[in-house]
Amino acid sequence: MSATAHAPGLAGDASRFYLKEEHHPQNGTLLGFWLYLMSDCLVFAVLFAMYGVVGHNYAAGPAPKDLFYLELVALNTAMLLFSSITYGFAMLEMARNRKRATLIWLAITGLFGLAFLGIELYEFHHLIHEGAGPQRSAFLSAFFTLVGTHGLHVSFGIVWLVVLMAQVRKHGLTVVNRRRLSCLSLFWHFLDVIWIGVFTYVYLMGVLR
Amino acid sequence: MQTPTPERSELMQTLFGRLSLDAIPYHEPILLGTFAATALLGLAVIAWITRARAWGWLWRDWFCSIDHKKIGVMYMILALVMLLRGFADAIMMRLQQAMAFGDAMGYLPPHHYDQIFTAHGVIMIFFVAMPFVTGLMNYVVPLQIGARDVAFPFLNNFSFWMTVVGAVLVMASLFIGEFSTAGWLAYPPLSGADYSPGVGMDYYIWALQIAGVGTLLSGVNLIVTIVKMRAPGMTLMKMPVFTWTSLCTNVLIVAAFPVLTAVLVLLSLDRYADTNFFTNDFGGNPMMYVNLIWIWGHPEVYILILPLFGVFSEVVSTFSGKRLFGYTSMVYATVVITILSYLVWLHHFFTMGSGASVNSFFGITTMIISIPTGAKMFNWLFTMYRGRIRFELPMLWTMGFMFTFVIGGMTGVLLAVPPADFVLHNSLFLIAHFHNVIIGGVVFGVFAGISYWFPKVFGYHLDKFWGKVSFWCWQIGFLFAFMPLYVLGLMGVTRRVSHFEDASLQPWFITAAFGAVLIGAGILASLIQFYVSYKRRASLRVVGGDPWNARTLEWSTSSPPPEYNFAFTPRVHEVDAWWDMKRNGYVRPTSGFLAIHMPKGTAAGITLAGISLVFGFAMIWHIWWLAGLSFAGLIGAAITHSFNYDRDYHIPADEVTRTEDAHTRELAAQEA
Amino acid sequence: MSARIPYSLLLLPLTFLLAGCDAVVMSPSGDIAMQQRDLIVVSTVLMLLIVVPVMLLTGFFAWHYRQSNKKAAYEPEWHHSTQLELVIWSAPLLIIIALGAVTWITTHTLDPYRKLDRLDASRPIPADVQPLKVQVVALDWKWLFIYPDYGVASVNEMAAPVDVPIEFQITASTVMNAFYVPALAGMIYAMPGMQTQLHAVINKAGDYEGFSANYSGAGFSHMRFTFKGLDGAGFDQWVAGVRSSPTTLGREEYLKLERPSEREPVRHYGQTMAGLYDAILNLCVEPTKMCMRDMMAIDAKGGLGLAGVYNLSRLSYDAERRRGSLPQPPAEYVTALCAVAPEVMLSPAAPPSYGLSRLAP
Repeated sequence: MSATAHAPGLAGDASRFYLKEEHHPQNGTLLGFWLYLMSDCLVFAVLFAMYGVVGHNYAAGPAPKDLFYLELVALNTAMLLFSSITYGFAMLEMARNRKRATLIWLAITGLFGLAFLGIELYEFHHLIHEGAGPQRSAFLSAFFTLVGTHGLHVSFGIVWLVVLMAQVRKHGLTVVNRRRLSCLSLFWHFLDVIWIGVFTYVYLMGVLR
Repeated sequence: MQTPTPERSELMQTLFGRLSLDAIPYHEPILLGTFAATALLGLAVIAWITRARAWGWLWRDWFCSIDHKKIGVMYMILALVMLLRGFADAIMMRLQQAMAFGDAMGYLPPHHYDQIFTAHGVIMIFFVAMPFVTGLMNYVVPLQIGARDVAFPFLNNFSFWMTVVGAVLVMASLFIGEFSTAGWLAYPPLSGADYSPGVGMDYYIWALQIAGVGTLLSGVNLIVTIVKMRAPGMTLMKMPVFTWTSLCTNVLIVAAFPVLTAVLVLLSLDRYADTNFFTNDFGGNPMMYVNLIWIWGHPEVYILILPLFGVFSEVVSTFSGKRLFGYTSMVYATVVITILSYLVWLHHFFTMGSGASVNSFFGITTMIISIPTGAKMFNWLFTMYRGRIRFELPMLWTMGFMFTFVIGGMTGVLLAVPPADFVLHNSLFLIAHFHNVIIGGVVFGVFAGISYWFPKVFGYHLDKFWGKVSFWCWQIGFLFAFMPLYVLGLMGVTRRVSHFEDASLQPWFITAAFGAVLIGAGILASLIQFYVSYKRRASLRVVGGDPWNARTLEWSTSSPPPEYNFAFTPRVHEVDAWWDMKRNGYVRPTSGFLAIHMPKGTAAGITLAGISLVFGFAMIWHIWWLAGLSFAGLIGAAITHSFNYDRDYHIPADEVTRTEDAHTRELAAQEA
Repeated sequence: MSARIPYSLLLLPLTFLLAGCDAVVMSPSGDIAMQQRDLIVVSTVLMLLIVVPVMLLTGFFAWHYRQSNKKAAYEPEWHHSTQLELVIWSAPLLIIIALGAVTWITTHTLDPYRKLDRLDASRPIPADVQPLKVQVVALDWKWLFIYPDYGVASVNEMAAPVDVPIEFQITASTVMNAFYVPALAGMIYAMPGMQTQLHAVINKAGDYEGFSANYSGAGFSHMRFTFKGLDGAGFDQWVAGVRSSPTTLGREEYLKLERPSEREPVRHYGQTMAGLYDAILNLCVEPTKMCMRDMMAIDAKGGLGLAGVYNLSRLSYDAERRRGSLPQPPAEYVTALCAVAPEVMLSPAAPPSYGLSRLAP
């Protein structure tokens, strides 16, 4: 590679060692955000590991099969999956440079997200009401923390979504806003992937075992 | 210990949580004295700044600056200040252990002593070693790769202030309440609410959590900087070794710190929400904490040492006047260490009884790390071979490192043999070992780095005499302070003990205390060195930008570098780019300058960090309304900041021309 | 600048190591600790094979290639040599292969969970020797030793006959500690609700120091006990002495003993409740508390269902066991499902006597 850089004609040129024009390195925001997501993924990995280790320690209390209603969780999962699809539509509209349609799809995404959160909060409330709160056993501690951390991420995602909608309304689909929408898109789909893990590992394997 | 008066009203409880006037340790003369001294010093600094009318300058040009160079310098200052605190803890421990035999109980009750060793560990790792390393990387990496700044300059400023907040919380625990007594890694159940009910553990948790956010973000930042912002022509295998080790370090940070964050979240849930992750009852599993914390903790060791391996590589090749021997194998050795550092965590608790096969697996993987480390050692050795070695300060520290570190490495491998570890674990032998690698590796490396890059940063050399005094005090002090601990370890003496029955141990502890005093003299000599160098800066001025006849790009620009680092982005052809430029007819451009696009300073970082400080403090003292309010404020401030789209500006071409012309004149004057 | 001064200083650690040869870890009195000592020596020598040349080379290169020595060769561009690279990677590799093999073997032979197969380097275990069983509990901040075969217990003092294999079962009451008698064998953690094991033998009579080697809170520094290595007759006598003590150790006494205290004097218990160690290990000395063993059995069958959430009580008297002075709500715990059997003292059928076995060849 260095051989090509040493093209004979350039040898005596002073600019061999520097660029005469302004250098524009690639924007690193998406890479940076990816790295952040991977670190977040590790946080979830720890929570999954914790659940894996203490997930059967019911402390002579209730077990997954006593607590989880798969129908409810399936509905919940559907909400989140739909929200991912609608976010995809928003990104497609963004690519077509249609601000209004982008905003509408973002709003729908947010509503699905809220529905997901609502159902999750209902489930938590129900469990705590029954006495199966996070204090009852290590299993419940791990369950509430894993699912709750995911829910907290979704909540932040929704706040971010609302902020971004305001910014898109104000400034339009500018380069900066497009980058931000792409970051949130990564975040949103990432949460979907995590949820699929939660749904399979915690709920399905918990109830069906 | 906080004992809220029982008649405390509901209202006071709501308003102040656990915080009451009893939290201020009036009854502890040592703390009161420390407080008085700190307050006086603080007032003096404030008065001095006010008198010099420097507040505006400090705020605009430093606190709100997003220039990686200034942030780097601020990291170093933070680390130096915290080094003084961490060392004060160390000397107090040495003093106590040299005194407390038989009937003499020493001057520290266990509760105080336990806080001191916890604080010493936490401060030295998180608020001395980490900021030193981050500071060096921050300053040097963009310059070494020919970039104008890091990838996310605002985040860089924010990360720094979050680290400061962590340090401030640890310092605050001295005077308001207490610090943790559970050891620097806070194993539960001891660190749980049942056995450490006070605020000390909560100070620990929030200091680490908040500083951890800063560390993680700066890790992401530097990776993206190195991956995306290298000068044209600088392929991965043409990066300077320090940049390589920084890259690996930051990969480790991004891959390890989330584990710390998560495990501390779990511990805080145990403490705040009565969950049962690490409790004895209800199916909790304390061993899981020990595993998780070391999954972060072992890579952390390499996060600290790897960048300094990079520093040594730069220093050895510069001062041997020779290209680094085995660049490729150096890079691969670094990468191998990076990967292996994740496969060894269990060697910190062989004595948990994991079984022979598990233990020997982790023991052997640990030993394997010594192969690439050994290879590095040889690479430095053969860089010196057929060189022309100049024993300037950085090289002196590097020589100190090479002799000291091999001993630490050897005792480390010894501790990796499980049956040997069974008799040496938790002993003073272990303490001697890790101080041997951390002082011999990290501290000596940091001093090598400081004395190497100081002329780059400030444009004048560090005073050589006081540098040598500092080096010899550190080197000899280290031997006196820690060789006795190896022996004491072999005599079966355990760490964290505040009082001994066996008086025959005392001479060893007195020797160790003497060593600590010598190290203190070394630190003092460093401070004098900074002061003397500043006073004599005119005569210590560096000639040109490149006082050491160095090899990498940071030396191709002026010292100190202009705000924009390089007037023109360099083009790289060789591993040692600057050496190549010097050899092959590089002429410094003196005309044709263009406007340069730069990020703008902002107060958002320090604001967000300030709110985090309030949040952390409120959580520690259970002042729930304030915690809620500050959390909402944090989100609000972050959102407000995101509405600021006006984040950069251009340095006009004639300003660049002015700066560069000044440097041209300077060079000409020096040549004349 | 002369770089010669540090070399003489480097001899310092060696001097210290030599001085350390009298240290207990380097001259222990039990076979396991002896083997661990040998391992330290062997590993150190193996590593010195490479460390010493490296240090000598460093010193030599630093001196020989100093700037003022114009006679030395100078090759500023020389930076690669495949042969040399091979050497510098394979030399540490060879040492590590050797050390790795040693590690693998010794980790297995010196596994604390493994039953002993010899008394020392020259003597196998006589067929008729019954190992001594000791149950160790790390309390806040003292040590409890229960001798199940003799029905006795002691605090902060334990005794064992020389040349008799000892089987330790180790646990703790509240936080992590480590059980360590340097003269006898390496340490092992003592953890609440969990049991670790240690097999060891003491070969020389004498009083040795034992202590906790893992920091456990305010009273940790004084968590020390005497390990008495006695000849067979002496041990029998010691047991008889303990047995003659009128104090007994039942649930109630244990719960009192368990509370945090420092610098406890030696105590002997002539009688010990049957199953006390088991109850400690299973965190159910409080009679109404569900044992971990039962809890785990229930959990393995899928828990107690929703009804299980009501099966909680609060420890009313327990505030002091938890440390610190903050007013806290009493700890909750899971209630036992069955009533606990009344306390029965251990009545050993035929406790081994080591006084006679001493006489056998």
